[in-house]
Amino acid sequence: MDDLIKEYEGIIPGKLLEDIKRESKEQSLIKKQVKIVLDKVKEEYENAKIDPGEAIGIITAESFGEPSTQMVLRTFHFAGVAEVNVTLGLPRLIEIFDARKIPETPSMEIHLKSEYKNDPKQVRKIASLIKETKLEDISREFTVNLVKSSIEVSLDRELMRELSITPTLLVDSVQNSLKTVSVKYKDDDALVIKSKSPEGELSDIYRLKEKAKNAHVKGIKGVTQVVPVKTGNEYVIQTAGSNVREVMEIKEVDVENVLSNNIFETAEVLGIEAAKETIIREAVKVIENQGLDIDIRHIMFIADVMTATGNIKGITRAGITSEKESVLARASFETPIKHIINASIIGEVDSLNSVVENVMVNQAVPLGTGLPGLLAKMSAKLEKEDKKKK
Amino acid sequence: MTDVFYDDKFVGNVDNPQQFVEQVKEQRRSSKLPKALNVYYDDLYNEVYISTTTGRAQRPLIVVRGGKSLFTEDLAQKLRNNEITWGYLVEQGVIEYLDAAEEENALTTLSEEELTPEHTHLEISPILLLGLVSSLVPYGNHTNPVRLEMGTKVYKQALGIYTSNYLQRYDTDCSLLYYPQIPILQSFMYDILDYAKHPSGQNVVIAVMSYEGYNMQDSIIINKGSIDRGFGRSTYYRPYIAEELRYSGGLVDEVGIPDKEVKAYRTEADYRYLEKDGIIYPEADVKADEALIGKTSPPRFLGEVEEFSIAASTRRESSVVVRHGEEGKVDMVVLTENEEGNKLVQVRLRDERIPEIGDKFASRHGQKGVVGMIVPEADMPVTSTGIKPDIIFSPHSLPSRMTVNHILEVLASKVGALSGKYIDGTCFDATPEEELRKQLLTLGFREDGAETMYNGITGELMKVRVYIGNMYYLKLQHMAANRLHARASGRIQLLTRQPIEGRAKGGGLRLGEMEKDCLVAHGAALLLKERFDSDKVIVHVCEKCGTLAIYDEYRKKQFCQKCGTGTDITPIELSYAFKLLLDEMRALNVYPKLILESKY
Repeated sequence: MDDLIKEYEGIIPGKLLEDIKRESKEQSLIKKQVKIVLDKVKEEYENAKIDPGEAIGIITAESFGEPSTQMVLRTFHFAGVAEVNVTLGLPRLIEIFDARKIPETPSMEIHLKSEYKNDPKQVRKIASLIKETKLEDISREFTVNLVKSSIEVSLDRELMRELSITPTLLVDSVQNSLKTVSVKYKDDDALVIKSKSPEGELSDIYRLKEKAKNAHVKGIKGVTQVVPVKTGNEYVIQTAGSNVREVMEIKEVDVENVLSNNIFETAEVLGIEAAKETIIREAVKVIENQGLDIDIRHIMFIADVMTATGNIKGITRAGITSEKESVLARASFETPIKHIINASIIGEVDSLNSVVENVMVNQAVPLGTGLPGLLAKMSAKLEKEDKKKK
Repeated sequence: MTDVFYDDKFVGNVDNPQQFVEQVKEQRRSSKLPKALNVYYDDLYNEVYISTTTGRAQRPLIVVRGGKSLFTEDLAQKLRNNEITWGYLVEQGVIEYLDAAEEENALTTLSEEELTPEHTHLEISPILLLGLVSSLVPYGNHTNPVRLEMGTKVYKQALGIYTSNYLQRYDTDCSLLYYPQIPILQSFMYDILDYAKHPSGQNVVIAVMSYEGYNMQDSIIINKGSIDRGFGRSTYYRPYIAEELRYSGGLVDEVGIPDKEVKAYRTEADYRYLEKDGIIYPEADVKADEALIGKTSPPRFLGEVEEFSIAASTRRESSVVVRHGEEGKVDMVVLTENEEGNKLVQVRLRDERIPEIGDKFASRHGQKGVVGMIVPEADMPVTSTGIKPDIIFSPHSLPSRMTVNHILEVLASKVGALSGKYIDGTCFDATPEEELRKQLLTLGFREDGAETMYNGITGELMKVRVYIGNMYYLKLQHMAANRLHARASGRIQLLTRQPIEGRAKGGGLRLGEMEKDCLVAHGAALLLKERFDSDKVIVHVCEKCGTLAIYDEYRKKQFCQKCGTGTDITPIELSYAFKLLLDEMRALNVYPKLILESKY
């Protein structure tokens, strides 16, 4: 039986072979029957292959373009779970395919290790660990003392206790994030911040005050909101703000299941394949949310194109369009003069291998019926060669 | 202390604003102050505004005092007997006009039963919440507001008698409907409007059913017999104007049959209808591009004398010709002069428009559609009493649009047609459905309006009963004849050698970027190439330097301007637009070299 299946390796994908192996064992099929199954699968697999010369790029573009015209009408809708707002709809789709460095609403979906994920109390505790607390969040008032050129921060004791922030921890972390200041804790729940550098300008102290407000106290930088959400029978932490690297360092977190919607961050921390999956996941999320139906293979194709170079390239003139081989194709898509002049400087040759160039010069495009050429044995000499001899 | 403003100017203070405002109102009601004066107390800012300026929209309301309407049954009776007038009621302070500001202080209600002591006014009729045209839609309270609005929109596009003196007028793009009728189902607004003097639709028999699939997606099917009897016919008028303009240097335009020497002379046949004065005669049957008014103009620039021209005259032809794609009969010719004393010739063309496939029709409920098929009368379905519908309307147009009034109109008009009465369909105040059903039953029909029908083609009895009745239908401005457009070859642009754009100029229909993508997606490469062949040219390319060479057709010689005659010169096929791009690049000091290769 295994020999028979081995014969089909390379003809049918491994995943399908495994499925057949398992199923035929379960159904206790005999060799003859398995052979029939394999042949049928092979036939179907061959049928599913795309023909040479099929214009998959344009079909993908049309498959996206048509439904997204309907999406325009429903733009600027936000949706999300419990207080975490997430950009969706056309703006998000544009954001993904343009490969913007930072999404408008970065967010994460953090799954926890199996010991913790079913206990709401534990989950809430972990969530509070992740949420970033700034000095501003636990203080009542910021007062500038011009005489002593210091800043006094009156603290909210209750909040501090709730977030389990001790005075020592507070002093340390404020010291760390502000660097060139001395931080002192006074007994009456106040923090005195004083600049170490000698008498500066008056505006410096105000600038320091603004800086002090944003001083990092606790939690993970960039994560502004945390909401534990029950999905199925486990609890998942949804966040606003994304910081994959630091979240993965928390020991309770299931490292394999930290999902960020920031493509570039994912690429940096987890590599380009993860970024590709992120693009697919995020695009599918938008499309499903809008109730549209676009085949996932179109999205996979776009994600492949965007990440093929190892870097993330958007579908813009700076992104994948600049990768095109043909000068004319590049020139026909935004900033033509730039491309023509640059091509003339280095003497680029356009061999008219793709669609746009051939449309421009009014030749058959190398796709579909325009793709096949004719090979023939020439018994007579070409006219031109005859002329040359004369 | 409350500030008082008179026409936005501060005039003084009052201690008791409410009382003050009441006093002003009382004085207005008793005609001591003008009826156009309005007073408004703003309790938020504690200010009183009195306005007498122009430009404020006012609307009439019945005054209510102590929860009792001042318009008593006694007054109503007198009004019915024509003993008193509207003016009298306004004079007596029974009805007063409020502006937008004073409305803020008023509490109104729609019906007399709802009145409480707090109310200050009573609406004259609930239909007043609709506009003029929306109140023409019968049973307007039985429809989706979106459709009500579409109904009004469509009403404005309906053909009819738009003015009584249309024969004396020279309106552009106007039509006149033959045999316009007043609807069986009306609202009271039809009387107020004097609708009978300028009706804009016709009463037809409509069957709600499908027919061979030709009334899909809002299209309708029309009975050929109805068209032959005059349904939906209209005349389309278009005026043409020519003026003898004066130019500097004493030069003038000249109306007359152009001389053959004249520049841009058309063919002799184009001028055949012109009389000696150069103007066409009435009732001439003209086709597109034929001259209506012969005219020549002086040369555009003074001193534009062509050196090698033998002809003495250098005048240009500038006749007024029938628009591209249009035709008709000359309806009227007017010879006059304009304010500047220039000779002015006006010619009006008339064209009979018989309903054809693609013409747009609509009911008064925003149910608009184009004609999908015109069926011979013999093939139309027929009821047991021998009634053949004029229009077959698709039932799929009803449920999603929720235009219940469309269904009610069929029922109401059927009752009206059978009993020879006009039915009142005024919004909120119409003849109730139960009443209509009862009447229909007593007239000997099924109360639900459905009837047994027979297939007109096979004569078979239809398995279901069909909802059939009368309706008022409008023919809309948009006619297929005004939109129809196609071309094979024709004028091209000078620069790109591509076909020109626009229906009026006989241009092409552009196969644009997205259409191109469609052909590519289908892999139809050679079809795509053929579509873009409109500007193809054969150019000769020097294989040595890769630029365009010259081929002398006359001497059968080819040479490259740069490399001389010794090089290989090959003809290739290109789109002219690309040749233009190469030329433009050369103008940018970029040298685009063509490297030729055998295609096979």
